[in-house]
Amino acid sequence: MTPNIDVRSALQEGSQQPYSDLVTRRTGQLVRTVIEHRIADLADGSVAVLDFSHIGLLDRSCADEILSKLMLPLTADHPSKDGYLLLRGIADHHLEIIEAVLEVHELALVVQLPNAEVRLVGAVTEKERRCWETVMRHGAALADAVADEVGLACEACQEMLERLARRRLLRREADRFVPLGAVA
Amino acid sequence: MTAVITVPASLDEQSFEQVLEQVAPLPADAKLLVDARHTRFATPYGLTGLLCLAQSRAEKADFAPPADDEVKSYWSRSSFFRYAEELYTMRGTVPKGRVHQDSDTVLEVTPIAKSEDVHTVVERVKDRATHILTNKLKLETRATMGFTVSLSEACQNIVEHAGRGGWVGVQVYNWAKRRVGRQVVVIAVADAGQGFRQSLSTTRVRALAGDRWGDGEALEAAVTNGYSRHTEPGRGQGIRGIKGYVHRHDGRLSIRSGTSRVTIVPPWDDSPAREDGLPAFVGAQLQIIIPERAEGS
Repeated sequence: MTPNIDVRSALQEGSQQPYSDLVTRRTGQLVRTVIEHRIADLADGSVAVLDFSHIGLLDRSCADEILSKLMLPLTADHPSKDGYLLLRGIADHHLEIIEAVLEVHELALVVQLPNAEVRLVGAVTEKERRCWETVMRHGAALADAVADEVGLACEACQEMLERLARRRLLRREADRFVPLGAVA
Repeated sequence: MTAVITVPASLDEQSFEQVLEQVAPLPADAKLLVDARHTRFATPYGLTGLLCLAQSRAEKADFAPPADDEVKSYWSRSSFFRYAEELYTMRGTVPKGRVHQDSDTVLEVTPIAKSEDVHTVVERVKDRATHILTNKLKLETRATMGFTVSLSEACQNIVEHAGRGGWVGVQVYNWAKRRVGRQVVVIAVADAGQGFRQSLSTTRVRALAGDRWGDGEALEAAVTNGYSRHTEPGRGQGIRGIKGYVHRHDGRLSIRSGTSRVTIVPPWDDSPAREDGLPAFVGAQLQIIIPERAEGS
């Protein structure tokens, strides 16, 4: 199940105002609370899509309050739940802000741009990115296959893919690693 | 006895210090007459500063508005009198009623006290900023969005840290000063709140500083090193974002609090990066200057 959460509707529900801009830390707290409520009952392994298509401006304080505080519990050593987030409808001016916020917390996220391109943003190494892109190309892959393609030792590649899964950037299905959402 | 505070003919960030030099030695309950009769020009920094000055006084101060009708009309279009009339006892008449917006005013003087006020500012500014900044400063549309985001972050400093409402104003100028020789847009955000030193008084950085703790150290901690009074990770990103925007657009950022000022100095400016020993003033005053995009950049 991949529930789609319209962030603008979460903004308007949380603030009780017809806003379209995600600005201020207080607003971020309100929006995050609405999103947390909506994803609370999702089954384990669900990918929640946060749709920013109808969002105007996004500032760092608000983005930090929403994205880092949703992602940090999911990526902790003992995650709050087995869930994933994917961002959709991200414009260029959102992307710049989101990357900056994620890097502060050494987090990363999968985002789908308006042209349908799916991208890994935030704090990732070049090797992690290559492994992730290989999984995205294949749709699902075993560590051996990814290791061959990116030129890593099998063990090192397995470890890297597991780390990407712990960081909620890939899903693990038995021995295979699979993308969160649409395949590029 | 009333102390007369003379407002300089041209009131900007630098000359506002002359106002503070006159006010700083006086007790908070001293009766003041702030005399702007001979003032011909004021930036948003000057206008918001005058409102903070009124807020800082225990005894309501008197205010003599500019004698020149054109100047008075401009201050009125900037919404200065709308708030000054509440904070000062006016000595003389000022234009009343609705006035049309000045073509170079991106945002009239506007009060900021809560998160909703920041939304109001962003809503009012974003279309107008895009129009003015793309046409007059030749910035790309994306850069105008970054401008509004920086404005939002600057205003949030008041909501998050000042402990008291403040003011914001945004204006475009043809700025010959300091040899910039091109159009600039100026954001001024000022409050008469607790200031950076007090805001950071319970933080680790203050404890580590020991006897060396002062307004300058607090400003350095916040502006240069990203410290915030909130200890949770991810705080302090607002100023970091503003600095990044200012740097990308060859701009200038200065923040004054207490007796110090720190400045992110662009190549076209020669301000010191840090000034201490300025006349004491409450709260914090922030100014961002973004110049017109240079040919070929």
